[in-house]
Amino acid sequence: MTAMERVERVESAAQRMRLDIVEMIATAGSGHPGGSLSAADIVSALYFGDVIRHDPARPDWPGRDRFVLSKGHAAPVLYAALAEAGYFGRDHLATLRRLGSILQGHPDFKKTPGVEVSTGSLGQGLSIAAGLAAGLRLAGDLTSRVFCLLGDGECQEGQVWEAAMFAAHRPLANLVAIVDHNGLQIDGACSDVVCLGDVAQKFRAFGWQVTEVDGHDVRALLDALDAAGVPAQAPRCVIAHTVKGKGVPFMEGSADWHGKAPSPEQTADALAALAAQARVAEGSAS
Amino acid sequence: MSDRRATREAFGTTLVKLAAEGVPVVAVDADLSKSTTTSKFADARPERFFNVGVAEQNMVGVAAGLALAGHVAFTGSFAVFATGRAYDQIRNTVCYSGLDVKLAPTHSGVTVGPDGGSHQMIEDIALMRVLPGMRVLVPADATAAEAMIRVAATTPGPFYIRLGRAAVPSIHDEGWEFELGRAYVLREGTDVTLAACGVMVERALAAADILAAQGVSAEVVDVATVKPIDAGTIIDSARRTGAVVSCEEHSVIGGLGSAIAEVLAETAPVPMRRVGVRDVFGTSGEPDELMEHFGLAASHVAEAARQVVAAKS
Repeated sequence: MTAMERVERVESAAQRMRLDIVEMIATAGSGHPGGSLSAADIVSALYFGDVIRHDPARPDWPGRDRFVLSKGHAAPVLYAALAEAGYFGRDHLATLRRLGSILQGHPDFKKTPGVEVSTGSLGQGLSIAAGLAAGLRLAGDLTSRVFCLLGDGECQEGQVWEAAMFAAHRPLANLVAIVDHNGLQIDGACSDVVCLGDVAQKFRAFGWQVTEVDGHDVRALLDALDAAGVPAQAPRCVIAHTVKGKGVPFMEGSADWHGKAPSPEQTADALAALAAQARVAEGSAS
Repeated sequence: MSDRRATREAFGTTLVKLAAEGVPVVAVDADLSKSTTTSKFADARPERFFNVGVAEQNMVGVAAGLALAGHVAFTGSFAVFATGRAYDQIRNTVCYSGLDVKLAPTHSGVTVGPDGGSHQMIEDIALMRVLPGMRVLVPADATAAEAMIRVAATTPGPFYIRLGRAAVPSIHDEGWEFELGRAYVLREGTDVTLAACGVMVERALAAADILAAQGVSAEVVDVATVKPIDAGTIIDSARRTGAVVSCEEHSVIGGLGSAIAEVLAETAPVPMRRVGVRDVFGTSGEPDELMEHFGLAASHVAEAARQVVAAKS
C-alpha cells in the first residue's frame, strides 16, 4: 500500500464513519455528535491507517495495541470504527442507546467487542492507559502500545494531570495520548468556561514529547501518529487541532451540537452534506 | 501483648508471599506505602510496585490499567482517601468494568486516633457496599487480613478489604481459612446475637463475658464478609436468640448494622440495636479513648444487648 492509498483509505473510512455517526445518533434520538465528528479522522487513522495493531476476529489478542477512548461520550465514533473494522455487524449501529443493545450510551467493556475499558466519566482514561502501558511492559510485552484519546474540555479534570505526571515519571514510552482539541465543551468555548491555556505546553511541562497537528489533515495525522508510536524516552502526546462537528456544516464550530440529536430534516441535510463531500473526495482521488 | 498486631501489618507481607507463590500481584500506593506496609512489597518486588504520589484518583485508574494488562492490582492509601477521594474511579472504572482491582486501604475507623476526624473513615463500608459487584471484607485480626487478601487475590473482580492502624489481639487461629461470604459463629449463645466486624469482634467477645457474668447468654458472630452478607447464618442466629446487636467501628448508617437490618427486616424481624458511630465525624484522641467516646467499648455493646433482650418481652 502506498502512502497515498493509505491516506485515501483513512479518508474514505472517516467519511463512512461520519455518515454512521449522524445516522446512529439520529436513530437513537440522543447522543454526542460534535465530539464524535471532530474525532472521526483521528479514530479512522488509528484503525484504518494501520497505526493500531489489532485483529477484529480476536478482540482479546494479547499482542494488540490498546485504544482507550477517555472522552467516552464520543462512543459513536468508536462504534462506527469497530463496525467498519468488523468487530460486530453494522446492524447493531441502529440499536445505539436502546435497551438490550451492545452499544451503550458510553463505551461498555462488558458489552461491546473491541472496547478495551468502560469510560464515560471524564478524566479517567489516561490513568487507565498509563496503568495498561506499565502493566504490558511488566508482563513482558515490549511491543504493544497504548493510545488514549482525550477531549480538550476533559483536560479540566485534575486526574488527567495526575496521570500525565505519573506517565512521564516512569517514563511510559509505550503510551500515546491524543487530544481532540476542538476548543468547545458543553457550556461553550473552553476558553470561556475555564481556559485551558496552551495544552501542548502543559504536556511538555509535565515531561511529555508533544507534536501538534491539524486533526483533519490525514497525511499529517498519520505522520504524527506513526512517529508517536515509536517507543522513545518519554510518553508522547499528539495535540490534534480539530473542528467540533466536522463535516456537518451546521454543526461545525458549535457547542450546541455537543450532545443532542439532529431532527429528521437536519439529519437529511447532514447526510446530504457528508455524501457530497464524499463525492468530491472521490472525484479528486480518481 | 506480643500477639497484638494491626490488620495493616498483614498487607505488604502477604503480597510478598503471594508474588513468591506466583500470583501476579502488583501494588499501587499513593505516598503512604510505609503506613500501609506496601513498602515491604516494594522492597521485595520493586518492579511490581507503583507509587503514584499524592494522587488517589490516579492510583485507582492505574490499578485498573494494570488489571487490564493481566495483573491482580492491590491499592493502598488510607480508607478515607482511597474510597471518598476516588469514589467515581472505583465506581465507573473498576466496578463498572468488573476489574481485578483489590482495594485494601488502611487507617479505617476511629482507631486511627490523634489524626482526627478528617482521617477517620467511618463511611467506607457504606460507600463500597452499594457498588454492584464489590465484595466488602472486614478482618477482625491480622490472620483474617492475610486470609482475606489471599482470597481477594485469587477471586476475580473487585474487592474492598478494610484494614486498620491499631493493634488488635488474635481472634482466629493461625492458618484460619477464610471463606468469602461466610459469617463465623465464634461463641454460641441463646439470649442475644452480637454480630460484629473488624475491631468490634474483640469488643463483642468481651461484651459476651460481661453479659455471661450477668446471666445473659450472648452468641458472637464475626461477620467477616459484609458483602455478600451471610444471610443464612445471621437469620439462623437471630431466630435462635431472638435479638440482635450489630457492632461496627463505622457509622450506624449504611454499614454492617444496615446490612443486617436489611436481612432481618425482610426475613426474620427481631428486636435490634446498632452499635456504631452515631452520624457524627470523628475527633482527635487515643484509639481506646475514642472507642469509649463514641460508644464502641465492650460496655456499650453489653448495654445495647441488655436493652435488646429487654425489648424481646
